[in-house]
Amino acid sequence: MTEIRWHGRGGQGTKTAALFLAEAAFELGKYVQGFPEYGPERMGAPITAYNRISDKPITIHSNIYTPNYVVVVDETLIGPIDVIAGLGDNGGLIVNTPNTPGSIISCITGYRGHVYTVDARDISEGELGRYFPNIPMLGAVVKVTGIMEDIFFIEAMETLLRHKFATKPKVVEGNMRALRRSMEEVKGI
Amino acid sequence: MAIREKLSGNEAVAVAMKQIEPDVVAAFPITPSTEVPQYFSQFVASGQVRTEFVAVESEHSAMSACIGSQAAGGRTMTATSANGMALMWEMLYIAASLRLPIVMALVNRALSAPINIHNDHSDSMGARDSGWIQLYSENNQEAYDNFVQAVRIGEHVDVLLPVMVCYDGFITSHAVENIEILENNKVKEFVGEYNPKYYLLDENRSISLGALDLPSVYFEHKRGQAQAMIDAKQVILDIAAEYEKLTGRRYGLFEEYKLNDAEVAVVVLNSTAGTTKAVVDKLRSRGIKAGLLKPRVFRPFPHREIREALSHVNGIAVLDKAEGFSSAGGPLFIEIKSALQGVSDMKIVNFIYGLGGRDIRVEHVEDVFMELKDRLAGDEGNMVNYLGLD
Repeated sequence: MTEIRWHGRGGQGTKTAALFLAEAAFELGKYVQGFPEYGPERMGAPITAYNRISDKPITIHSNIYTPNYVVVVDETLIGPIDVIAGLGDNGGLIVNTPNTPGSIISCITGYRGHVYTVDARDISEGELGRYFPNIPMLGAVVKVTGIMEDIFFIEAMETLLRHKFATKPKVVEGNMRALRRSMEEVKGI
Repeated sequence: MAIREKLSGNEAVAVAMKQIEPDVVAAFPITPSTEVPQYFSQFVASGQVRTEFVAVESEHSAMSACIGSQAAGGRTMTATSANGMALMWEMLYIAASLRLPIVMALVNRALSAPINIHNDHSDSMGARDSGWIQLYSENNQEAYDNFVQAVRIGEHVDVLLPVMVCYDGFITSHAVENIEILENNKVKEFVGEYNPKYYLLDENRSISLGALDLPSVYFEHKRGQAQAMIDAKQVILDIAAEYEKLTGRRYGLFEEYKLNDAEVAVVVLNSTAGTTKAVVDKLRSRGIKAGLLKPRVFRPFPHREIREALSHVNGIAVLDKAEGFSSAGGPLFIEIKSALQGVSDMKIVNFIYGLGGRDIRVEHVEDVFMELKDRLAGDEGNMVNYLGLD
């Protein structure tokens, strides 16, 4: 079972990304959980979301405390939030930042796991013309974790996005470009 | 062929509602149940169902509208949580006492105050004496399956009682997980047409509902109502057997997980039962004979069957997600203890947990089993304990 914890800010689509990950993995035959931790919901407030993805049925219904991967959708949360909590030495931290993995490691004391980075802002603004970091981060997560084969994941995402944005084909195209780009550009692998 | 899907608990229940296509749904939004009427009203608006959706101005009105509609002869449903159900209070009793098989999705949430939108069972536990049948659900699949079966249970001529299908707010209602749903026509066939024997709009037979009962007859009416709850147990089992033929999924009065040779066992409702299963597996791999009993049917409470299932267990921890304020343990504990009265050589302890959405972790449930082992080894401790309290 792979356990993933997402840290983002309200309005960045973090919950949506976690649900997309669950849905895409489901389409590829996995057992999935995708759920947010609801707090005071407002734009900009820190939010947490979770994924469990497994080849066997999942019965645990708690939050995730020892994740295999942590996704930081908003770099400014490093510090105010203990993003590496429960992340072991074999863990992976995936950060939305223009900086390199090396520079991120140096600002997180006590962390000896892997760091991966992707510039989701640059990708999103380039491909969508607006800042929605969630889809690029989702692409990076799948690339880093390898929980699904790239090609099947991309196909599943295209289907899911076409369903979600049935009346906005341009949004689908932009997001698909952003997804593919982040899967190519994620650093640290 | 069943349909493989990925749905949140609320989506699953809204889909069940769509497939059942009741005559009337009357509801007022409250977190975390809001999505059920929200999704359902979309099905109404897009013409996928012909149900009359009544957007009322409060939960008291929601239950009042349900009572009116069901009494008139319509199959009727609603959904609510916590304070929403608290506002229905007087009408809950009236629905049950008028013997109206309304079906409600009760998305469990903590009652105020302090205000809290997260999960515990203080709402449904408070309503345990209202005369509603209560079914509890571990996950989205069970919420869906219970909801479909609830229609048949409540409407059965031996029962004629409203049914509350309870599932955990956010943990189940808002988490997307795998699920198998039935085809629309299979659900339609299973629930069948609603043909009440007595209803207000029957032009061939005039009846009166809710009239004054003087002391000469009220008691007899209550005795009849109590009998319906007693008789509901067999009906629930019969309908579960029929549902199993349709789906392959087995439901009973409760689920036993690795219980038959268990020395220590946890009794717990809803989503925490799933977490407990993972702990039972883990402890079994370490040679500890752990087990789980997960009540599905809390009203009627299957005292005799639970006593049989638990009487060989040495140590039992009952986990309550509601305080109860009895000063003698939570509501589930009190029931289980009463069911096991007189069984010798058994330790029974209570843990109140998870109030207001306090997360219950695998480690917490492990601690409970370890505590049970210690108690069996002779440790004296409190009867009522608090799990995960800072």
